Amino acid sequence: MGVVKGDQMVLNIGPQHPSTHGVLRLEVMTDGEIVSQIRPHLGYLHRCFEKHSENVTYEQVIPFTDRCDYLASMNSNFGYVVAMEELMEIKIPERVEYIRVIMGELNRIASHLLALGVYGLDIGAFTPFLYMLRDRERILDIFEYTCGARLLYNYMWVGGVSHDLPKDFETICIDFLDYFEPQIKEYNNLLSYNKIFVERTADVGVIPADVAVSYGVTGPNLRASGVKWDVRKDEPYSIYEKFDFDVPTGTAEFGTLGDCYDRYWVRMLEIEESVKILRQALKEVPSGDVHQALPKKIRPPIGSVYRRTESPRGDLGYYIVSDGTPVPSRVKMRSPAFTALSCLDEVSRGWMISDVIAILGSLDIVLGEIDR
Amino acid sequence: MGVLENKFKDNVIVASMDKLLGWARSTSPWYFQFGLACCAIEMMASAASRHDLERIGMMPRSSPRQADVMIVAGTVTMKMALRVKKLYEQMAEPKYVISMGSCATSGGPYWQHGYHVLKGVDLVVPVDVYVPGCPPRPEALIEGLLKLQEKIQTERPLTRKSV
Amino acid sequence: MKIAEIKATIINQFPDSVLESEDLAESQLELKADQWFEIATFMKEDPNLSFDQLECITGIDLGVEASLQSRYNFHSMEHRHKVEILITHDRNEPKVASIETIWRIGDWFERETYDMFGIVYEGHRDLRRILCPDDWEGWPLRKDYEGQELYHGIVIPKMKEEDGWE
Repeated sequence: MGVVKGDQMVLNIGPQHPSTHGVLRLEVMTDGEIVSQIRPHLGYLHRCFEKHSENVTYEQVIPFTDRCDYLASMNSNFGYVVAMEELMEIKIPERVEYIRVIMGELNRIASHLLALGVYGLDIGAFTPFLYMLRDRERILDIFEYTCGARLLYNYMWVGGVSHDLPKDFETICIDFLDYFEPQIKEYNNLLSYNKIFVERTADVGVIPADVAVSYGVTGPNLRASGVKWDVRKDEPYSIYEKFDFDVPTGTAEFGTLGDCYDRYWVRMLEIEESVKILRQALKEVPSGDVHQALPKKIRPPIGSVYRRTESPRGDLGYYIVSDGTPVPSRVKMRSPAFTALSCLDEVSRGWMISDVIAILGSLDIVLGEIDR
Repeated sequence: MGVLENKFKDNVIVASMDKLLGWARSTSPWYFQFGLACCAIEMMASAASRHDLERIGMMPRSSPRQADVMIVAGTVTMKMALRVKKLYEQMAEPKYVISMGSCATSGGPYWQHGYHVLKGVDLVVPVDVYVPGCPPRPEALIEGLLKLQEKIQTERPLTRKSV
Repeated sequence: MKIAEIKATIINQFPDSVLESEDLAESQLELKADQWFEIATFMKEDPNLSFDQLECITGIDLGVEASLQSRYNFHSMEHRHKVEILITHDRNEPKVASIETIWRIGDWFERETYDMFGIVYEGHRDLRRILCPDDWEGWPLRKDYEGQELYHGIVIPKMKEEDGWE
């Protein structure tokens, strides 16, 4: 527990609390209202993912990866199958690559919409939450049309995908994108330029770039601090090199570089970039058979691989060790939210308790991924 | 209420009082948002605009003292099980529990090698309705809530239940 | 820098700490545990290497009677190159120097490896369990892990090999 000084207060923001990031316990040591130290306690959702993955076959690990980062389930699958295909050196058909990119980017938009809606809810704005969830439901309808599930898909398999695109998929998607692009302006009017929102998030919780790199912060959190690092551009995988998109970084529009507003704004800009990638990809999906390259039995050669991909939260890495049998020897998931949460203590010293909630919301954590 | 429960012999006045109490307790249960994992996202989606939970009277409350129904949504781990029990004890009577999803019902996909997973929340709190699914659709959760309302209406709190 | 040059730079600076082995991949380098803190400081501060990002620390159990290993993946933002370092530990007394003062993320990664495997990182300021509860017994991800019977009065059922539950 530690020794509490005379006039220090310990506030327990307990495992059950209404800001819906999950079961996290923060032990906050404060001097009145000003925070002097935070100790996060994890493990309330430790579901033994790594132990399970040592006892089931390689294909059976994929539904478990879904449930780790449950908001961006397509991207969690994507990371695992990219690492496996590098280990086994499988070449997959073009059509499968395009389908994977389309699903990954749609899920990125859905995950960012939820993250931003819930962030508005944490700050106190209820309406953007309802609007963003309404549009997210349309994306979940598209997923349900393709593979039958709303939240956890088990869609990307090693060597292919589980279901081919249904009839008229391209038209439905493009209709959705045409409806969705003007909505981004509506969100900006509601939340991004709202004076109260700006006052609560600008200049709060600044993460300098070198501190961010040392704490292993990646993804939109790192880009908001000014470091231009995106795995899709810098260590490209799948067919991301064919698409033309920018990597938005923090601009210090209303405050300092690397504050909470920058982290929010980078996610808003990333939604627009994903829409750009989707429009390019939907125009040129080639035909083919999606189940053509599925291996009959997955038995990788002896060895190990570490491969990272870009999930909506940052660098999602999988370290897979194989010993030649159909069951993995070790699967370790390097989760981006784990590293993002580790810098909470240093970043929130000196701020007030309600600012801690604003900083925690801007880091966009998912406890399923942190505790695995 | 505690003084009057199980007190009276069955007659027409007590039966109609029971019906009135059943109607009053069931038609606007406020739920305690106890979202733990992926099922919590589907619980949030059922509270949002498309499948609106407020039209059946359910409002989310964050404090156990103000809630009637606890929806345990997600996997309960050993570390969390002690806290679930504590929160259940802090709720005021009458209280009900809905176990949402297969993890809360019986451990879910983690039943086999999960050393840290509690195989079903009914090992620590008494459950009234189980909603299966992984995760259950919002429509399934709403059906579970309507079944809970039926169950509350058939309870007869004032009648003495003797053998 | 190419991976061969990176390995050569480290080997030239610390020739006694390198272990040669055939079944390593090209990007992997196996080191002895004794000078690990100095090597790690050199890897961060040398201007040709400048590994400023510690991507991942993975603990591995190589078999029921075999040893444990810690594998570190490093990446440099400036030069855009990577390397992987392997350090083997004795199963009965696994320990190595902690690098949490060099890369701040080492703090939580090392706590996680300690929680799952029991590898002690010496010099860590606060080495305690991070995912399992503080009073949990055993190291869960080791291959010979037997779960405990009871936790605060809750029975933890065990899987039998052939016919399901006990």
